[in-house]
Amino acid sequence: MALLNKRLFKKPNIRLEGEAGDGETRQTEQDTLVSCSACGVSVPWKVMLSQDFVCPHCGALQTLSARDRMLWLCDADSFREIDKDLKPIDRLQFPGYAKKLEKTALESGEPEGVITGTGRISGRLCAFFFMNPDFIMGSMGAVVGEKITRLFEYAKKRRLPVIGYAVSGGARIQEGVFSLMQMAKTSGAVLRHSQAGLLYIVVLTHPTTGGVTASFAMEADIILAEPRALIGFAGPRVIEQTMRQQLPEGFQRAEFLLEKGFVDRIVPRNAQKKELYQLLRLHTREASL
Amino acid sequence: MSGAYQRVKAARQQNRATSMYYINQIFDGFMEMHGDRRFSDDNAIVAGIAKLGGQPVTVIGIEKGVETEEKIRRNFGSAHPEGYRKALRQMKLAEKFRRPVVCLIDTSGAYPGIGAEERGQGQAIAENLMTMMGLKVPIISVLIGEGGSGGALALAVADRVWMLENAVYSVISPEGAASIVWKDAGKANEASDALKLTADDLYGFGIVERVFSEENGDFEKVSMALRAALTEEFHLLSQKTITELTRERYQRFRRMGGADQ
Repeated sequence: MALLNKRLFKKPNIRLEGEAGDGETRQTEQDTLVSCSACGVSVPWKVMLSQDFVCPHCGALQTLSARDRMLWLCDADSFREIDKDLKPIDRLQFPGYAKKLEKTALESGEPEGVITGTGRISGRLCAFFFMNPDFIMGSMGAVVGEKITRLFEYAKKRRLPVIGYAVSGGARIQEGVFSLMQMAKTSGAVLRHSQAGLLYIVVLTHPTTGGVTASFAMEADIILAEPRALIGFAGPRVIEQTMRQQLPEGFQRAEFLLEKGFVDRIVPRNAQKKELYQLLRLHTREASL
Repeated sequence: MSGAYQRVKAARQQNRATSMYYINQIFDGFMEMHGDRRFSDDNAIVAGIAKLGGQPVTVIGIEKGVETEEKIRRNFGSAHPEGYRKALRQMKLAEKFRRPVVCLIDTSGAYPGIGAEERGQGQAIAENLMTMMGLKVPIISVLIGEGGSGGALALAVADRVWMLENAVYSVISPEGAASIVWKDAGKANEASDALKLTADDLYGFGIVERVFSEENGDFEKVSMALRAALTEEFHLLSQKTITELTRERYQRFRRMGGADQ
């Protein structure tokens, strides 16, 4: 299954306005070509962006990196990343993990599996997390848990709603029990944000599984999902092995979860910005957020 | 065989004491309460009310079963969502009637099956994590055998987490880790070492506060030690205000696995 968006060339580096002085010069390379994960046709990145990352040739939904997702969703130049330099620690000295981290960081251009910060949707200020499928399948290690926890704590302090895009293969095995503990930690942060009367909306994207499904991805006030996204606790392969039978068509897809009552709405990509904006407006008490 | 893999084997051993044994040894007059009021009664999780010394407590245990027939009935200690929802219901009653909660954990993991997914295994676990984090009564969880991933954590968001000497606690089974990381389930031995899942490892990491000796398999002695420790610890925890209790519980997990900045 080709889950990852295979790029022809180097990932576009987009300059983020107002980034805390890391002194790094980033160049806009919006003309970079990316190839469709389904039909393979090369399309300029900015064309993909304008088409909501749906291939203009074959109509296939592209998997978005965290940064592409952020650039696509947030108002231009509105995103302020926080905790961007948190780096993973190989606490267990797990064989091969240090090397894998290095390789993944190099290939994905990100130091970890989630980006967090504040930004705007049609002018409304919000706290955001975007998980990164390019980083060890969006798995949750200690840094992912820490960044999400800090984001909810920050949003609570600033009284901001949180909008999160989930995509994850589950726990990061190489971080063992520390990965498991992130499920409890993030749940605590979501609870405290919620107890302060603040809104949390999650969008489940393909695939959202394991420890992320069994924690913050299922704890939102409003749970949206992208069409056809695989969402579950146990992965289909594990279930097939346990049950010794083939799974029915559509099992664990967004439409299945909607039918079973675990998702509020399925929202096609081209309607997400509008729906998120509407939901933010419906939950606003003060005149200006 | 590595030391860690020996612990995994010991934790899974057939003749090991299970939750019901400890419940009967440690507490007086256990009254079991059934069902989640939503779907059914999951026999993999036992829940009810008992007395610890003179004090009413809510007791929840994941039960693997002893005889073959019972093991099947209890689904070998692999709970469905309704098991976690039954536990949650009992915890909320504990909060209402201000009695502390004890959770005994022994599971290879939450059940990965079609029905479990249909009824929201992930959502059930997530809800337990969030609700336990804010529960306004003391919670102590004891890992008495296998502590398999989210299915174990769903009863281990507690003020104190303890382990028996041969218990293990891990994000994934060694077999699962070996098959995913090295594409070879046969490397469970190596994976057991790599995952650092023994009681000693976890105590060293600050993931658990106490490790109890298994007294060379004298589980009656282990029960006596647990009974004394639970009584003492609940006495200490009962001195805290609700705000202190829930804040410290959050801080307990908040510390785990920061980052390198």
